[in-house]
Amino acid sequence: MSGAEFVPLSLVPLLTGIFVAVACALPGNFLVLRRQALIGDAISHVVLPGIVVAFLVTGAVTTWPMLLGAAGAALVAVIGIEGVRRLGQIESGAAMGVIFTAMFAGGVLLLEQSDTSNVHLDVEHALYGNLESLIWLDAVGWSSLWDAQALATLPVELPRMAITLVFVVLFTVVFWRPLKISTFDEGFAQTIGMRTNLLGLALVIVAAIAAVAAFDAVGSIIVIAMFICPPAAARLMTNRLERQVAWSVVFAVVAAVLGYVFAGYGPLWLGFADSVSAAGMIATVSGVILGLAAVFGPHRLRGSAAPVG
Amino acid sequence: MIRDALLLGLGYNATLVTIGAALLGMAAGVGGTFLFLRKRALVSDAISHATLPGVALAFMVMVMLGGDGRNLIGLLAGAAITAGTGLLIVTWLSTRTRLAEDAAIGAVLSVFFGFGIVLLTVIQTMSAGRQAGLEGFLLGSTAGMLRSDALVIAVSAALTLALVMLLRRPLTLASFDPEYATSLGQNVTRTDLAMMGLVLAVTVVGLKIVGLILIVALLIIPPVTARFWTERTDHVVLIAGLVGGVSAYVGAAISAAVPNMPTGPIIVLVSFALFAVSLLLSPRRGVVSALLRHRAYQRRVHLRQGLLALAQGQPIYERLTLRLLRRRGWALPDGVPTPEGQGRATRALRDEVRWQLVRRDPAYEVAAARYDGLTPIESVLTPDQIEDIDSRIGAGA
Repeated sequence: MSGAEFVPLSLVPLLTGIFVAVACALPGNFLVLRRQALIGDAISHVVLPGIVVAFLVTGAVTTWPMLLGAAGAALVAVIGIEGVRRLGQIESGAAMGVIFTAMFAGGVLLLEQSDTSNVHLDVEHALYGNLESLIWLDAVGWSSLWDAQALATLPVELPRMAITLVFVVLFTVVFWRPLKISTFDEGFAQTIGMRTNLLGLALVIVAAIAAVAAFDAVGSIIVIAMFICPPAAARLMTNRLERQVAWSVVFAVVAAVLGYVFAGYGPLWLGFADSVSAAGMIATVSGVILGLAAVFGPHRLRGSAAPVG
Repeated sequence: MIRDALLLGLGYNATLVTIGAALLGMAAGVGGTFLFLRKRALVSDAISHATLPGVALAFMVMVMLGGDGRNLIGLLAGAAITAGTGLLIVTWLSTRTRLAEDAAIGAVLSVFFGFGIVLLTVIQTMSAGRQAGLEGFLLGSTAGMLRSDALVIAVSAALTLALVMLLRRPLTLASFDPEYATSLGQNVTRTDLAMMGLVLAVTVVGLKIVGLILIVALLIIPPVTARFWTERTDHVVLIAGLVGGVSAYVGAAISAAVPNMPTGPIIVLVSFALFAVSLLLSPRRGVVSALLRHRAYQRRVHLRQGLLALAQGQPIYERLTLRLLRRRGWALPDGVPTPEGQGRATRALRDEVRWQLVRRDPAYEVAAARYDGLTPIESVLTPDQIEDIDSRIGAGA
């Protein structure tokens, strides 16, 4: 395919998909190891009331108020889950189920009750986004990448996601040792003076930032899939955290690229005219990767601590 | 209008749906209790999201076979098949690989849902798919429902509730004490399977009413709410069924009466309101009663310490202590004890001295363990024992 077609239509969604996938998979590694995998699920549900409230307050669908609203909602949810768990002495899974379903229900209700007919805000969009719509209209080919005028019209989601990815990578690199130690042996981490509670909270906040930034571009379903599937598949490939993170990044990128390509061109290969949801397809491909790892992964079994082969 | 709906006065279809919702809510509350007690509440989230590809596939198959694709029984059957597959995969991933159950749940949930979305976009491009209305399964929609569909929902909800009632005893036993159940010869693995089958049935029947994203709330919130009111498993089951039934009934009625009120979210919010009330007001585990208990304890500690200080002639600097003593008329504003206060202070000091001796004597080890600085010694020791202690105090001093 020529650059004249690829750059305006596919480059931006493809890159955005890759950035989202990696930004979610990195914190996902630690969440999966800490058995907090469903936090991503909870966060991506509660983002909806946050952006609806932000919309009702400002009356427009603009970036910053929405991000703030979503982040606020994520914070409310974390506090709420912790509160229900402690005050009611309720197991954390159930506490999570109570809070995120109630907040999501509240968001849907607010959305249905308010007049959103002239803006692009609905439940379906929140669930599976619209990656395909991120087209770069002013691009004419690869040369546009050096053209300041064309770059100015780049869809805002791409640079935002790139910044988020840089932030997530920085967090992972800077806090690598504390994260690793506290994930595998929290007691030891505490005895050498680490603030494991704070670190755990920071991890959840970073995950929330990645989820919130990704959410607007690609919807919540891909966020949940990328938090869990690539790290879980990577977990079945190796016993070393460094390699697991590397595998998860590879899996995330493969899922994003293949998912986008299959969604856009797969139906054409099969003789259909229209493309299918890219977000849904990326989630599906990540599931296939996890399935393959679960059947063939060298470290798929419990207790396979010794290297196989 | 809402009153009409609550009294089932909004026409035959709305009445059927409301009754069906109430029956389903009861079944969900009771079934969810077992899930909650087994600490597997979020498995239902994976099951419910895994219904989406089934609904879409069933629609496509029915269209290909020449039907109109919207036959509710067919769609629900498809949903049950993929939801069951999802459940099997969760079980397989969490028992046969090293992945924990939460990762397995999240993976199945997101992948099945994502695949379902892919299928939905395929259906939108089909000529028959324009008015499929499958999006209604995401959040539940009971508006403008066909009479046959309303009947299907009411009947299947009643069947699910009957199934729950039938399985109630073995499920209670297995979720309360699995080891004891095994020793009685009950096959707990099979009971667990039955429990998941029940959850599956609730999810599938609830698709059209509550929607697949929020049905999990109907399985989780009622048992959590019920847990605030009782410590007994059989009572949790009953109360959860009641909470679920009332939430679904009221929610479905409001949704039928007021425009732009999607059924699922309303039902969830009604049950969340019941939960919030329980969290605040339940007599034993509620927030308000816990605060009151804490205040009462704090006062007792301050009074006791204040009396001890009075007895020993020490000044009291703590304002709260002084205020509490004054309010009871045991001390004057400058910290000098009143005659009544003096008497109580002497008694408190005597109690404390007795306790100190008891705590030093290994013979009173059991009694000494109950010392908390508040319990009067008379409530722990017999008069004979106290006499013994007093004689030793006299001898020692």
